[in-house]
Amino acid sequence: MSSDLPGFASLGRWLNDPDNWLGSGGLLAHLREHLAFTVVIVLVAALIAIPAGIWMGHTGKGILLAGGFANALRAVPALGLLILLIVELSPHIHSRTGVGNLLAPGALPYFIPAALVLVILAVPPMLTNTYAGIQAVDPRAADAARGAGMSPLQVALRVEIPCAMPLILAGLRSATLQVIASLTVAAYAPLVGGLGRLIVDGQQNLIDPSLGYPAMLGAGITVAVLALVADGAFALAGRYVISPGVSGRRIRGRGTAAPQQSTLTES
Amino acid sequence: MIRFNSVTKRYADGGVAVDSLDLVIDSGEITVLVGPSGCGKTTTLRMINRMVEPTSGHILLDGRDVTQIKPTELRRGIGYVIQQAGLFPNYTVLDNIATVPRLLGKTRRAARRQALELLGKVGLDPALAGRYPAQLSGGQQQRVGVARAIAADPPVLLMDEPFSAVDPVVRQQLQRDLLQLQADLHKTIVFVTHDIDEAITLGDRIAVMRNGGRLAQLAAPAELLSRPADTFVAGFVGRDRGYRALGFASAGHLPLHDEAVLRIGEPRGAARDRGQDGWVLVVQDALPLGWLRTTALDDAADDPVTPEMLNLGGTLADESGTLREALDAALSAPSGRGVVVHEDGTFAGTVTASEVLARIESRAAHLREQATR
Ligand SMILES: Nc1ncnc2c1ncn2[C@@H]1O[C@H](COP(=O)(O)OP(=O)(O)OP(=O)(O)O)[C@@H](O)[C@H]1O
Ligand SMILES: [Mg+2]
Repeated sequence: MSSDLPGFASLGRWLNDPDNWLGSGGLLAHLREHLAFTVVIVLVAALIAIPAGIWMGHTGKGILLAGGFANALRAVPALGLLILLIVELSPHIHSRTGVGNLLAPGALPYFIPAALVLVILAVPPMLTNTYAGIQAVDPRAADAARGAGMSPLQVALRVEIPCAMPLILAGLRSATLQVIASLTVAAYAPLVGGLGRLIVDGQQNLIDPSLGYPAMLGAGITVAVLALVADGAFALAGRYVISPGVSGRRIRGRGTAAPQQSTLTES
Repeated sequence: MIRFNSVTKRYADGGVAVDSLDLVIDSGEITVLVGPSGCGKTTTLRMINRMVEPTSGHILLDGRDVTQIKPTELRRGIGYVIQQAGLFPNYTVLDNIATVPRLLGKTRRAARRQALELLGKVGLDPALAGRYPAQLSGGQQQRVGVARAIAADPPVLLMDEPFSAVDPVVRQQLQRDLLQLQADLHKTIVFVTHDIDEAITLGDRIAVMRNGGRLAQLAAPAELLSRPADTFVAGFVGRDRGYRALGFASAGHLPLHDEAVLRIGEPRGAARDRGQDGWVLVVQDALPLGWLRTTALDDAADDPVTPEMLNLGGTLADESGTLREALDAALSAPSGRGVVVHEDGTFAGTVTASEVLARIESRAAHLREQATR
């Protein structure tokens, strides 16, 4: 073995060892954690951002505040915020319970600040997209919905949200991609899993390049692939949850009435 | 019946949109609210279905104060059509129309079946059922808007400038179809427009409003034209009102002249024998087609008369039509002889402008006499 910078050859050797794939500290286990954390964090952020965005789009209230907040966040480094929150919060979290094989016992004091950072990062894109989407709903359609006798909740569920769906979904998409990428940073917190664990630990293992470097590289590639897959999944989901009347997508010939026009005007 | 009892609406910014309005809207009729921009027509209309709440006063719908009815329940019982339709872009045409029946608890299947029937009623091709609003023309959207409003068969229909965003030709068609629909359905329709011509075309009664939401005059179209209450109404009703009033005066039995007509396809030579003052009327299956100038037929006397040779300038007056129609037919005919047709469109006879004018004058004299008595 040469003393050159380690390359893809070492990655090949690393991948050849099934333990690095399937072992408890292997790629797949970390991928599973990464996915689970992403889902939980995005879900929590969406539960905050989407209702708040709908309310703001509906009432026009709080938009300046939220806009300023989102811009200010852009200037805050995620790692700095993570360290701050760990220092401030961890000492107050005393639970030592673990969660299955996703969270080791004792990881909670570190996981909660890390997840909080990511939730804070994920909220703004969803919030701003949602309220922009709701605000852009044709006021005449909303007025007609009310005039037809829909309750405010029915107006939101049947007209406003479906019409705003392209933007809501776009917000969800960019938040998800951001969480997938930023979760690697969260591994700077001790005991927090995910693919970032391999990268951060790999960095500290650089003394032995034959172990650390390929793990970093493998995890990094996996994060990138995961992001691409998630991106594709959202594009696919859009075909099902966005009404063709809103997306302007061609309507598939199904049932009685195929449209004669080949394109729709964007709206 | 919808009754406004000194209803006032003052918006939060202090502006008075409607000022102690008293108004009775009869059932089964089209009542048009007309007036200049900002005079409070929309506000008045929207107070009926509680889209706007009055500051004071009461609105009674068949004797019930509307504020005693839950807004959602009230609105499901009142059709509402707005400018540019306001269709739901995420719903197909069919599901747009099915909205209120669905809200009232009908199954999707039943509501859609009913919606499909309605398409024909408002003059839409059933093939449009699966389209989305963005795939429709403005006129089609407006028809879907009307279908959506009447889907649950509400007794009352509120229409706020529903036809103002389409071109004049389509607008006329929509107006005609609305009148036809109304002849069928006998809804209580409150129709807002700022177009006095539209008001006159559609209204059984017209409420002219002036700024501040005050009622200037409530009258049938003919009366509005012949007896405007004040200079504001007179100015708003506009010029030509003397002529336009003829549109509400039955022509009665005009003295009709017979014409020696030419059937399409007959030899051109025959035209000269039957023509009168250089013009002959050409018909097909007794339906008038147009006028043929006999002096321009020098050669080819045996060739048949073809449609391309005809002057189509003349309008047709219905036998049981109005003086306005009859006068227009006479004035527009190149021969000076207005063509009058039977109800089935077949030729009845001709009438000249001076004959129609004589009828107009005798009618006016009669009215003057009545007024002085
Ligand atoms: N939501 C509102 N808040 C404050 N003022 C309003 C509001 N809606 C209407 N107004 C005011 O009330 C008055 C009447 O408005 P309205 O919309 O009823 O008029 P309109 O007769 O329908 O006019 P147009 O023909 O232009 O539609 C106007 O001066 C308008 O500026
Ligand atoms: Mg208006």
